[in-house]
Amino acid sequence: MSEIPNTFYYTTDHEWIKLEEDGDVTIGITDHAQEALGELVFVELPAIGDSFLANDACAVVESVKAASDIYCPIAGEVVSINEALQDTPELINQNAYYDGWVFKLKPQNSIDLEELMNADSYKQLLSELED
Amino acid sequence: MPFVPHTENDIKKMLATIGVENVKSLFDEIPSELRIDGLTNIGNALTESEISDLMRQRARQDGEPICFIGGGAYDHYVPAVVWDIATRGEFYSAYTPYQAEASQGTLQVIYEFQSMLASLTGLEVSNASLYDGATAFAEACLMAVRANRKCTSKKILVPYVMHPLYRKVAEVLLKGQAIELIELPMLNGLTDQNVLTNFKNGDFAALCIQQPSFFGTLEAVDNLTDWAHAQDALVIAVTNPMSLAVLRPPGQWGDKGADIACGEGQPLGIPVSSGGPYIGFLTCKKTIVRQMPGRIVGRTIDIDGKPGFTLTLQAREQHIRRSRATSNICTNQGLMATAATIYMSLMGASGISKIASTCNANTYKLLEALTAIPGVERTFPSAIFHEAVISFKQPVSSVLEQLALRGILGGFDLSESYPELENPLLICATENRSDADIRMYADALREILGAS
Repeated sequence: MSEIPNTFYYTTDHEWIKLEEDGDVTIGITDHAQEALGELVFVELPAIGDSFLANDACAVVESVKAASDIYCPIAGEVVSINEALQDTPELINQNAYYDGWVFKLKPQNSIDLEELMNADSYKQLLSELED
Repeated sequence: MPFVPHTENDIKKMLATIGVENVKSLFDEIPSELRIDGLTNIGNALTESEISDLMRQRARQDGEPICFIGGGAYDHYVPAVVWDIATRGEFYSAYTPYQAEASQGTLQVIYEFQSMLASLTGLEVSNASLYDGATAFAEACLMAVRANRKCTSKKILVPYVMHPLYRKVAEVLLKGQAIELIELPMLNGLTDQNVLTNFKNGDFAALCIQQPSFFGTLEAVDNLTDWAHAQDALVIAVTNPMSLAVLRPPGQWGDKGADIACGEGQPLGIPVSSGGPYIGFLTCKKTIVRQMPGRIVGRTIDIDGKPGFTLTLQAREQHIRRSRATSNICTNQGLMATAATIYMSLMGASGISKIASTCNANTYKLLEALTAIPGVERTFPSAIFHEAVISFKQPVSSVLEQLALRGILGGFDLSESYPELENPLLICATENRSDADIRMYADALREILGAS
């Protein structure tokens, strides 16, 4: 089983969401997602200032096998992007939850945690996928 | 690639295996109102000898006239060796190879094609080719809108002096994605630079520049490129590959160079043959290669460290990304690319440059001979590359008809596409036109205009 930090939240599309103290959220793809994609060769980041609705395609991670969209888990505005990924997309393979973060979002509304999965539900989802 | 027909028995066996009664029922899924049983306007099948007769009869009607028409397709000399090699069994297929293990030769040819086009256009990356110049232009526009992350506008500035059919094709292909082509007016046969101040940063995603223009005139590419880049827009170069042997390549326009170059590859060893098949080319800066549609062949090393060729950067194509693919184009003009590659290898840089210079000199000779005739004027004063506009006092169509009776295709009538010009005709003399051909055209025209 791949790594799943307890304090993060998750989506069925395998994005992770970390709630920051200042009210912003950091978003990335899960360890399971990077494993499934294989070696990443390119990340197309959103631009700072871009606004997205929940479930909008907002970034692309491309491996030698496939290019997949990252969907914005909640509505908001992009306040910061992980520029290191432009030259070293493999940071996501090496460390999906920390160095491999993709972007930070200022949520438009207060976040409804009921809409997201906690670590236990995501673990459950992955074990179902493996069956 | 062999053609393997199925016998009645094969078909029965296959149907039995999947439990289907007949071939027709395989199409049950398609609603009956969308299906047609026969094509009423198409006659019965002809035998091989009947077809040969029909084609010979049609070819005779052609009368082998002397061609002075350009306008996007050019009557260049095609050395016999080009199609002798291109039609060898090893190459003779329009298909793009998928399997690297079975197609090293074909993949290497495409890689060479890409390398030569990248070098001609002065850009870093080329794809394996597209259908023709007009669709390559449309793909270049789509690419520019996707690639310009600094700009949310889906407008593209397109000169009125650009090929009218390219503009029409692009308009049709782009309107579904709400991309709008904004026309830049002309002044003396060139893009009017005075109107540029009407547009500012963020108003448009890209500027197109056709060099040479549809009229053969030479645009101020450096100014236009630098201006567009200063507005955070990309620059799309539409160009004739033959001209690049003597003009500065798009990659060197202005301070930063055009971002994308595209055009029609027909001048490189492909006969005009009633309008096709032709071949589009598309090259770009490396920074936007992930927005490039179609096939790209890359060179790599295999597990034993030996060099080899393979399709690369496929992750954004239809078979992987489905509806979110970069483009619905996922093939190339394999056979035409092979012919173009052989032509370019045979000619070399110096050969192509000699042909380009000869074409240009011939067109200047033609221009001089025709404008010496009373009632024939040169329309635009600008320098040209191998094509020019002249005008008459009488309608172009009647002049062309009378020339055709004398076995001369006198040029491309611009009256319909450019109604504000007075009786304009686009003329071109390639390296195939001799001094005698040019004299013959001038004599015939003098006679026709003198008589009317």
